[in-house]
Amino acid sequence: MSYIIDRRLNGKNKSMVNRQRFLRRYRAHIKDAVSDAVNRRSITDMDRGEQISIPTRNTHEPHLTHGPGGRQHRVYPGNKEFQAGDELEKPKQGGQGGGSGQASNQGDGEDEFSFYITRDEFLNYLFDDLALPNMVKKTLAQSKNFKTRRAGFVSEGTPNNLSIVRTMRNAHARRIGMGAGKRKKLKELRALLEQEQQAAVPDQLKINEYMAAIEDLERRLKTLPFIDDLDLRFRNQIKVPTPTSKAVMFCLMDVSGSMTQDIKDIAKRFYILLYLFLEKNYEQIEIVFIRHHTSAKEVTEEEFFYSRETGGTIVSSALKLMHQIVEERYNPDEWNIYAAQASDGDNWDDDSPVCSQILTEQLLPFVQYFAYIEITPNHHQALWEAYTAITASHNRKFAMAQIRGPGDIYPVFRELFAKDRYQEAV
Amino acid sequence: MRDYISTDSDWTFELLETYDREIGRVAKLYGLDTYPNQIEVISAEQMMDAYSSVGMPIGYNHWSYGKQFLATQKSYQRGQMGLAYEIVINSNPCIAYLMEENTMPMQALVIAHACYGHNSFFKNNYLFRTWTDASSIIDYLVFAKNYVRKCESRYGQDEVERVLDACHTLQNYGVDRYRRPKPISAAEERLRQQERESIRQQQLNDLWRTLPTRKKDAKQVKRRQFPSEPQENLLYFIEKNAPLLEPWQREIIRIVRKISQYFYPQRQTQVMNEGWATFWHYTLLNHLYDEGKLTDGFMMEFLTSHTNVVHQPSFDSPYFSGINPYALGFNMFRDIKRICEEPTDEDREWFPDFAGKDWLETLHFAMRDFKDESFIQQFLSPRLIREFHLFSIYDDESEDHYKVDAIHNQAGYRKVRENLARMYDLSVREPDIQITRVDVEGDRSMTLRHTQSDGKPLSTDTFEVLKHLHYLWGFDVHLETWNQDQMVKRMSCPSISVEL
Repeated sequence: MSYIIDRRLNGKNKSMVNRQRFLRRYRAHIKDAVSDAVNRRSITDMDRGEQISIPTRNTHEPHLTHGPGGRQHRVYPGNKEFQAGDELEKPKQGGQGGGSGQASNQGDGEDEFSFYITRDEFLNYLFDDLALPNMVKKTLAQSKNFKTRRAGFVSEGTPNNLSIVRTMRNAHARRIGMGAGKRKKLKELRALLEQEQQAAVPDQLKINEYMAAIEDLERRLKTLPFIDDLDLRFRNQIKVPTPTSKAVMFCLMDVSGSMTQDIKDIAKRFYILLYLFLEKNYEQIEIVFIRHHTSAKEVTEEEFFYSRETGGTIVSSALKLMHQIVEERYNPDEWNIYAAQASDGDNWDDDSPVCSQILTEQLLPFVQYFAYIEITPNHHQALWEAYTAITASHNRKFAMAQIRGPGDIYPVFRELFAKDRYQEAV
Repeated sequence: MRDYISTDSDWTFELLETYDREIGRVAKLYGLDTYPNQIEVISAEQMMDAYSSVGMPIGYNHWSYGKQFLATQKSYQRGQMGLAYEIVINSNPCIAYLMEENTMPMQALVIAHACYGHNSFFKNNYLFRTWTDASSIIDYLVFAKNYVRKCESRYGQDEVERVLDACHTLQNYGVDRYRRPKPISAAEERLRQQERESIRQQQLNDLWRTLPTRKKDAKQVKRRQFPSEPQENLLYFIEKNAPLLEPWQREIIRIVRKISQYFYPQRQTQVMNEGWATFWHYTLLNHLYDEGKLTDGFMMEFLTSHTNVVHQPSFDSPYFSGINPYALGFNMFRDIKRICEEPTDEDREWFPDFAGKDWLETLHFAMRDFKDESFIQQFLSPRLIREFHLFSIYDDESEDHYKVDAIHNQAGYRKVRENLARMYDLSVREPDIQITRVDVEGDRSMTLRHTQSDGKPLSTDTFEVLKHLHYLWGFDVHLETWNQDQMVKRMSCPSISVEL
């Protein structure tokens, strides 16, 4: 007696919970791996999963077993030339280390347990690192934003989208159209009937004939359906992706000798966050990398993050270059301009007022948002003072913060991600 | 006369039913006694899920299953491994999973293999009859899953995970070897669980109570020996006697222990179980072919898979990964049949009991009353040793060379057979560790004794395991390794290990 059951329709993700348990347990390892990946990847390349490797010794579940050593007999198949009493050389491995058979049973020397996490999980770990609020996480992780728009009327749809006015209008038109011939004929017949009745000698036979015909026509007119499937009209809704326009993102960074690789890695996360935000809101994004010490230069991403420079620092050089590039290539009427500047706070003392001036007069009128972070545990210097003054007058467009770790970055963008701002940008 | 059941390689549910009916009919002819079958068709993803929960349809949640799943998923997606064609569960009704990707011949093979081969083994082998209760296992797993989940919401996921981790490291030491546990239903289990919870704490208090007054005569006061006899079921002992555990922690230990006990027969009958199932899929489908119900194409495909399954690479082949239980088991059952039907003089000398007897009866006898170790010891014939070219190696840590101590010749048969049998003996494969003493009146420390055999040391995992044991026990744990009458090593947790 057997039962055959089709289980294919049952859920297939029965192991999801256990998988999550595993990820939870090895959270620290995964975070490290994500962090490495962030440093390795390009800013524009955050939207995919990642392979995670964990040393096997960490995921190993211990059991009480025999270790190598001692005396034992083992039986193997496939003897070709051995005779009882033969002696075989042991493989040289410091005296022990198991013979051929046993060692190979235990997954050969693979000392990493590796697996993949999905794009969503990757972003989640990244956002965790950045201490993003849940609302923002959700918005950023959505693969694409859609908005439903009305798009005329269609003949098929769900009852809740039924357009009554349109439907009734169609029904009316159909009833008029389909009944037109009959009504015309009816009119003629009635005329004939009247004529006949008023005639001197009414021909009862004809009258009867007309009356029958009239009755028949009237009956047929009545059977015209009041409303027919053909008449139904539904409001049509289509999904349209919301990103509509173009944006350019300026990454400005001080690369003077005092900026260490650690500081640059934090800065990279700062840029990533801005990029992810822009990606959700604009169809086309361009990134301009400007690095500066005493003079500024437009460079590739690779050079931006990983080449080393020394020398003093003149911040205004970068702002000037940005202004110049905006004028040359990015007409503020067509482009939404965002800028993110990272620095360790060093600047030539006389230069800070200049920066402040360029910002307020030349850049802030054009940009959507300008964010500045100062990655330093030390006291602030002149540049910070100068920028603080700007915050007071342009707090919608300008944000700044001093940060020590990736978790401090988000507040700089708080305004940007705030709900109303977000809506506005859409 | 040809009356094919199907000529196509695609399967349908009607065809599955027809094949199942036909195979079942033939199985009856050979006296295969089975539980009812519940055949479930699943997808590859579901098969991976089944893989990572030790094949069970339901189980409590734990990260180690997630790890297993990730590993399976990775190697499957990279094409490093194919999925098994089937998984079969020792339950009543006997649940067998068929993958939807299989062709019709493969499905038929799986039905014959799992639903009639394994199924009849589960129902009739003495180990399974003694140690598992097929009708209650699914209910019990449901109970376990719900209980663990309830604990998680009451005491926190981390707390529960900690206990489960500890139990998992000791799960092979959570089985009774000599006592028959009474099978119980899920409802009973729930009732008794509540009862146990309330009673347990009282018993414990009793155990740890110090004597109120001492007799003056100091000689009278004997040190209580506890436990009175060495205990080999570590988890059972801890569940019953660990002083500090909460009732729910004891229940979780019990759950792991029960499930471990359920798998205990499977660990001891791999060669027999797979050999039996393989023998029957081969025999049953050949029978159907002889009746003219299967096409030649069907048989070709079937035989290709069958041959792959029973292939045994030589020890020096890159594909060698130990002795293939399918190959060994299948050939042994075939060989028993041959010895019964066409015995040679050698067979008559070696197997006077059954050479020339009724093969079906002998086969059923072999399946019912043995485990791998005794099965090999009793039934491996010289002829099969020759066919496999088996040879035995002696590996002594203190020597520079391996020694070939027996090959497939007259002088070596018995030795090869004995050594091969020992490789399947759980008591040789697993270290012999027992709880010998608990210092009831002192520091409450627990002492375990590892009786060393053949000078084999414990693996480097041991200290990690002791940590878990210490967590469960709550007081110091010592592990002594004894070689004959000499203690060679003592390891303590918390503490360092000392080489003596």
